[in-house]
Amino acid sequence: MTVTELLSYDAALAAYDPVMGLEVHVELGTRTKMFCGCSTELGAEPNSQTCPTCLGLPGSLPVVNAIGVESAIKIGLALNCEIAEWCRFARKNYFYPDMPKNFQTSQYDEPIAFNGYLDVQLEDGEVFRVEIERAHMEEDTGKSTHVGGATGRIHGASHSLLDYNRAGIPLIEIVTKPIVGAGERAPEVAKAYVAELRELIKALGVSEARMEMGQMRCDVNLSLMPKGSEKFGTRSETKNVNSLRSVERAARFEIQRHAAVLQSGGTIIQETRHFHEDDGSTTSGRVKEEAEDYRYFPEPDLVPVAPSRDWVEELRATLPELPRVRRNRLREDWGINEHDMQSILNAGAVDLIVATIEAGADSAAARKWWMGELARNANEQGKGLDELPMTPADVARVAALVAEGSLNDKLARQVIEGVLAGEGTPDEVVDKRGLKVVSDEGALGAAVDEAIAANAGIADKIRGGKVAAVGALVGAVMKTTRGQADAARVKELILEKLGVSE
Amino acid sequence: MPGITREEVAHLARLARLELADEELEHFAGQLDDIIGAVARVAEVADQDVPPTSHPLPLTNVMRADEVRPSLTPEQALSGAPAQEQQRFKVPQILGED
Amino acid sequence: MTDIIKLTAAEIAEKIAAGDLTAVEVTEAHLARIEAVDEKVHAFLYVDREGALAQARAVDAKRAAGEKLGPLAGVPLALKDIFTTKGVPTTVGSKILEGWIPPYDATLTRKLKEADVVILGKTNMDEFAMGSSTENSAYGPTGNPWDLTRIPGGSGGGSSASLAAYEAPLAIGTDTGGSIRQPAAVTATVGVKPTYGGVSRYGMVAFSSSLDQGGPCARTVLDAALLHEVIAGHDPLDSTSIDAPVPPVVEAARNGSVAGMRVGIVKQFRGEGYQAGVMQRFDESVELLKELGAEIVELDCPSFDLALAAYYLIAPSECSSNLARFDAMRYGLRVGDDGTKSAEDVTALTREAGFGPEVKRRIMLGTYALSSGYYDAYYGSAQKVRTLITRDFEKAFEQVDVIVSPTTPTTAFPIGERADDPMAMYLADLCTIPTNLAGNAAMSLPCGLAPEDGLPVGLQIIAPAMKDDRLYKVGAAVEAAFVERWGHPLLEEAPSL
Ligand SMILES: [Mg+2]
Ligand SMILES: [Zn+2]
Repeated sequence: MTVTELLSYDAALAAYDPVMGLEVHVELGTRTKMFCGCSTELGAEPNSQTCPTCLGLPGSLPVVNAIGVESAIKIGLALNCEIAEWCRFARKNYFYPDMPKNFQTSQYDEPIAFNGYLDVQLEDGEVFRVEIERAHMEEDTGKSTHVGGATGRIHGASHSLLDYNRAGIPLIEIVTKPIVGAGERAPEVAKAYVAELRELIKALGVSEARMEMGQMRCDVNLSLMPKGSEKFGTRSETKNVNSLRSVERAARFEIQRHAAVLQSGGTIIQETRHFHEDDGSTTSGRVKEEAEDYRYFPEPDLVPVAPSRDWVEELRATLPELPRVRRNRLREDWGINEHDMQSILNAGAVDLIVATIEAGADSAAARKWWMGELARNANEQGKGLDELPMTPADVARVAALVAEGSLNDKLARQVIEGVLAGEGTPDEVVDKRGLKVVSDEGALGAAVDEAIAANAGIADKIRGGKVAAVGALVGAVMKTTRGQADAARVKELILEKLGVSE
Repeated sequence: MPGITREEVAHLARLARLELADEELEHFAGQLDDIIGAVARVAEVADQDVPPTSHPLPLTNVMRADEVRPSLTPEQALSGAPAQEQQRFKVPQILGED
Repeated sequence: MTDIIKLTAAEIAEKIAAGDLTAVEVTEAHLARIEAVDEKVHAFLYVDREGALAQARAVDAKRAAGEKLGPLAGVPLALKDIFTTKGVPTTVGSKILEGWIPPYDATLTRKLKEADVVILGKTNMDEFAMGSSTENSAYGPTGNPWDLTRIPGGSGGGSSASLAAYEAPLAIGTDTGGSIRQPAAVTATVGVKPTYGGVSRYGMVAFSSSLDQGGPCARTVLDAALLHEVIAGHDPLDSTSIDAPVPPVVEAARNGSVAGMRVGIVKQFRGEGYQAGVMQRFDESVELLKELGAEIVELDCPSFDLALAAYYLIAPSECSSNLARFDAMRYGLRVGDDGTKSAEDVTALTREAGFGPEVKRRIMLGTYALSSGYYDAYYGSAQKVRTLITRDFEKAFEQVDVIVSPTTPTTAFPIGERADDPMAMYLADLCTIPTNLAGNAAMSLPCGLAPEDGLPVGLQIIAPAMKDDRLYKVGAAVEAAFVERWGHPLLEEAPSL
């Protein structure tokens, strides 16, 4: 592979303004496919979720999934789009073995939602408005496995194997208008947009939008125009950029690559490019001999979709609070700064913390456990917080035990460790491991007396005013009670017995 | 008459994935030219302010509930496959993007 | 007992219900007839002897058990090879699907089985229903029982020939531009294209989705109505299926009358290209309608002149997309897979080898009409013509109850005559196409033999959408009057095979 010339990022931005277009495909979480009743459940054995329709057998016909349309309208409304009063499906004709009919049932010049926007917040709190061109309904393709070449890649493969379980799963394609004016922050805007869109989709409950599972896929179109110019340059289309970090890297790489080409007097060719996760570069796709001509025409096997205004308003009324608005509200409620909120967001902890608070914990405790002990644990295991075997209710219970003095922080950490190890609920772990703060004043008093007697020298120092030395006595008590005492109470008792006040 | 060229026919054949033989290209070029010449009459109405009819019936909003229906068994799904492997359709190497 | 094969479907059903005949006897008689004549006629691509007899035995058992039987229980039927049949080969007359055994039944197939109809086998057709002669079948042409050197019409020539040769009393056809009516006309049988959406298309291999419509073929109007009622009705698997009760076609067929009806004749359905004997029989039919008490109204439908052109843009466009799925990947023929060729090449080689010339021609034409730069002029304009034709029909049906015309401009032409002259072939559908474009209903029934060649002429009756019953009401009256005039059904004048 030839080395791609890049211009430094700063030099690129000094000379050019980037223009971006982002196309995001979201796989909906419907129970069945877009045009047939086959299940969409993941992980089924190959070709076990197919029927005449999604296999494209001769004679088969499509019927539209009502929840697919409903989800599209919800997404459109959440993106502040207009919802078409009347629209049709269209056939996009091109041959590819993963597409059973050799046309994709999609929408062309009549998308169900159009002309909207999404406000995205950058890390420093600045809000950037991304205009939405359209959101339309279509279907996914089957999955091919390439055999005989290196590492399952298509290049050099001897043949391919096709599984059509994914063929026909509903997709919503969301296309932005050209994003101009982001300047050096363009890559950051791209990432923030995709992140915000993902949050929005999740909040709407129409998809889990897990990028790592391919439920959300992004194409990044990018071009540069010389500073001061208003004429868009030729764009490149980087396909399948499938993580937030990659979106940012791909945009950045393309800015630097375009700038290098333009600066050296070259011209950008309009082409498809592929993103490489390993080094963050993009490479040119296969150059087609002729331009694609998709020969779109209205799908004659489906009738038009004309969502009544009543239905649209009904759906509008069910829309949840926008993620950005909600995030700002929570940030204020919790009294934390942008930076901390961003960390919580990045950790995927917002909903977990909210649920923990709803289960009775106070917000500081909920944040402390999720962002501390649990985040560390998830990190070690390479899992998401929501994949840990500990529920918000469990965390709330731990927080309650701490609040009532039954546990101290050290014990609480052991309880969490037990729950994560599958030893049961927090209460069960407390029981089984015998983790309870010793609150029996009598037993505690005896332990304090014992510690004072055994450490007479230190006790004298304390009596003499060196209150700071109390730590050593507290430590001794904690040792004899195997950590199950409330350290604050122990300190109080010691000082009391020695007649010293803090 | 514009006349459909041999090159145009070759281009159409590529779009339609038909490996036409040379003499077929020639033959079709003549016939398509005749047919297109005859059907081009429809352009008489191109300027008329008439809505197009894509569907013969004025139906809208035909949808189904999002309920799972039984699928074919994998054996049925693959029953017509020219080749198969690992319960998947086996196809020749795909000249795709990489 | 050779008489069985001359019985109508209604008579057979009645006799089986009454216990005068068994379904097995009836089925065997028809299988024997097929055995005797089909080598000459070649109406069938596949005879499902075992399946038919099993179904017949099941009907007899049901009757013996006193279970309720369907109105056509035990009646044999010839199914056009365009409907999928689970476990029975379906080729659509194409090499590209040779040997394909569908894993599912079309809705129409399922309905026939549920109605206890006995499916004898699959009939020959122009490849993918593209043609007017059945010469485009990859499996050889079908002969017209009136003259085996002539075409039986198309694309459903196998179905019409099976009826005219007494191989089956009922058949199923599909009509995209006339493929039920034109074969009926040239074989002196009855064929009906129901209102678009009246009969489910699920499992009917698509040619042109917005035009295709399955329908009944029979030797009498009543038989067609009985079959119509069995196969019609809403199907949730077909989004373009009409969700309304089936028009009362059987009742109409039993009560034929034109008294007091206004019958339209359209200026555009005559002139150059129409055979004199065809027009003579048509004009006599109009006279007959008058005698039967109908009022004749002359109509002007100017956009009909553009129907053929619009059709030959819309149908190929849709077919170019519908037939893209035949790519050698999942089913059907695969050619050239020698381990060195790409999927792309194998697809192109297979389609080249698997499709016949007419199919390729239409795929190319449709690809052209949809391609960027031409779409508006061709496909876009054709759809405007469609609107204009629909409006012409709407205006016409404000003045009349039905419209009549010749079904075809000529009688059956000799096999081979128009084989490589597509434009000449396309003219066969001149009178039938407007109905497909507008989506309304039409029937063809025999109205005599052309004096110059002694071959059958068809009378077309056209009704508004959803008024299919009118076809049967008028058709039954005309049929009864003609049979009375001739002294027997026209088909009895056909030479014996
Ligand atoms: Mg798309
Ligand atoms: Zn399916």
